[in-house]
Amino acid sequence: MSTSTTGLAALPPAVRKVARPPGRSFWMRLGRHLLRDRVAIVCLVILLAIALSAIFAPWLVPADPYKTSMLRRLLPPGERGYLLGTDELGRDMLTRLLYGGRVSLSMGLAPVVLATLIGGALGIIAGYFGRQVNMLIMRVIDVFYAFPSVLLAVAMAGVLGAGIMNSLISLTLVFIPPIARVAESVTTQVRNQDFVEAARATGAGSWRIIVEHMLANVTGPILTYASSLVSVSIIIASGLSFLGLGARPPIADWGLMLNTLRQAVYVAPLNAVLPGVMIFLTSVSFNLLSDSLRTAMDVRA
Amino acid sequence: MTGADPRDRGGPQQPLLIVDGLKKYFPLRNALGTVSAHVQAVDGIGFSIAKGETLGVVGESGCGKSTTARLLMQLIEPDAGSFVLDGDPVGRGGVTVRELRRQVQMVFQDSYASLNPRHTAAQEIAFGLRVIGKDTATAEAEARQTLRMVGLDPDLYAGRYPHEMSGGQRQRVNIARGIALNPRLLILDEAVSALDKSVQAQVLNLLDDLKQRLNLTYLFISHDLNVVHYVSDRVLVMYLGKIVEVGPVDRIWREAAHPYTRALFSSRLSMNPALRVAAPPLSGDPPNPVRPPSGCRFRTRCTLAEDVCAASEPALIPSPLDAAHAVACHIARAGSGHSLAGALANAA
Ligand SMILES: Nc1ncnc2c1ncn2[C@@H]1O[C@H](COP(=O)(O)OP(=O)(O)O)[C@@H](O)[C@H]1O
Ligand SMILES: [Mg+2]
Repeated sequence: MSTSTTGLAALPPAVRKVARPPGRSFWMRLGRHLLRDRVAIVCLVILLAIALSAIFAPWLVPADPYKTSMLRRLLPPGERGYLLGTDELGRDMLTRLLYGGRVSLSMGLAPVVLATLIGGALGIIAGYFGRQVNMLIMRVIDVFYAFPSVLLAVAMAGVLGAGIMNSLISLTLVFIPPIARVAESVTTQVRNQDFVEAARATGAGSWRIIVEHMLANVTGPILTYASSLVSVSIIIASGLSFLGLGARPPIADWGLMLNTLRQAVYVAPLNAVLPGVMIFLTSVSFNLLSDSLRTAMDVRA
Repeated sequence: MTGADPRDRGGPQQPLLIVDGLKKYFPLRNALGTVSAHVQAVDGIGFSIAKGETLGVVGESGCGKSTTARLLMQLIEPDAGSFVLDGDPVGRGGVTVRELRRQVQMVFQDSYASLNPRHTAAQEIAFGLRVIGKDTATAEAEARQTLRMVGLDPDLYAGRYPHEMSGGQRQRVNIARGIALNPRLLILDEAVSALDKSVQAQVLNLLDDLKQRLNLTYLFISHDLNVVHYVSDRVLVMYLGKIVEVGPVDRIWREAAHPYTRALFSSRLSMNPALRVAAPPLSGDPPNPVRPPSGCRFRTRCTLAEDVCAASEPALIPSPLDAAHAVACHIARAGSGHSLAGALANAA
């Protein structure tokens, strides 16, 4: 530098902008944006209603979801005090639909949450460390990725046998590869930015950098992608139940109900489609919510 | 200058850092992941940085400036090369690589990409302080103090995210992050290149001020020759992974000896039209660093190239007139076999 010594006092003060209150974090801005999105709000309300009524079903509906009655089979909605009628064994449809939400919501969320934890961790490790670590993890992932998810789920559920636990496992395994792939590509992108290099320049270890610098930057896109899988998970889980590979009777499950009410579709068409309507409503709501999340993420800058 | 730096072991005459034989070849992988070729990004360069000086580094894009910076920062492993930090060899038997890294920090060109978008200015600066073992409260307090040193009021800026600041403000935060760790050498890799002229001047003033106050030494990388002239004490000119010329800034500006340096300077927009025609400006792009030309790497674009330039590589040797000025060109060395050899020395 030349010999001139500029005193700090003589420095022009950095341009002061006080118009906007500083320090609005990414998540705060995301939340604000979502709250302005009508579709997102509507979906959120629908899902909350389904979730709350599923959780509090025992208190909301007095009927027993397993109590059959040969005399009251396939009553149409509204008849003899059954708001939504009865099923082929005379059980209260409303009760079973609310209880069925428990299974369907769990089967939508649990495999995705588990797969996000496992697949996300694998993808972040592969993306951050690169090279051989990346090769090792991603090649294995790619093998699974080669199969269509429905086929893979059916095959695995077939191997493991019917049951809710087994379909949860097979769905989790189905979702790990796509989530790991997204996590890997996002992490690779973030990892190549200068701020990671700057963090390494402080002498920080890989772990610390992953936890303090990478996670906050990759969770957004990973969660957005994972949220789009919830509706897929609900549909596949229902499909497995429908095929007899998921929930077993007499559990109240929308997919299973759809299957058992199938024969009654000409006798009591309304009763027969109700579980389908619930599956549709839930998965579409999750889907639209996930779309809103993606849009909100895109306009962050 | 304030009191002596306790880390100063070698005295004022001992260079802060001596680099020798530094080399980095990046492997190029084909689709199968096997190495098919190498980018010769930095190919055996050596130089020294004196305490308290600003060493400017110039050269076209892709000549290896950033790679050199990252090698000095120990962000990438060199394929070969040795470092001497203030008289102590780095590595076996001397100071550790970690010790070297602690004394060097870096400011990157892209002020936005080099800040974590999810961290506030204070968090970003405090991170490094926590890494070196300070507790959260101390790190936070020191981060605020450092913000003040770079001319940003902590009450206004400590809680800001990168997108809530201007380019100049962000670059101040980047500088703060670097100096917070109390380095002796600060590498500025195109640190002001992306800024508007007026902001650039402010940041350059800040850097000048910090340098005096903190006893810093700068490695100032830039493609803007006017800025380099303004800030540097010495200049190092790189071409395709090699050093072609190094010397005191005024000497290089007035009487550059290497045809590349001259061409580089003639392509600079001079205020004085008479100076614009001093040497033929550079044309075309540098050759591919995967397969650099034999002999002198500049010969394919050099108007004065002869057979000897393809046959042997010119060594970087001090000028007979000024030991601080070194050139790697056959023309500059009498008896090299080039028809113009020695002509420059005679002309001077
Ligand atoms: N990580 C890398 N992998 C492969 N090639 C690289 C890598 N980093 C830099 N290079 C190559 O090395 C050469 C020097 O790059 P760099 O040091 O960034 O040049 P400069 O900063 O002078 O523009 C370029 O040809 C560049 O493409
Ligand atoms: Mg560069």
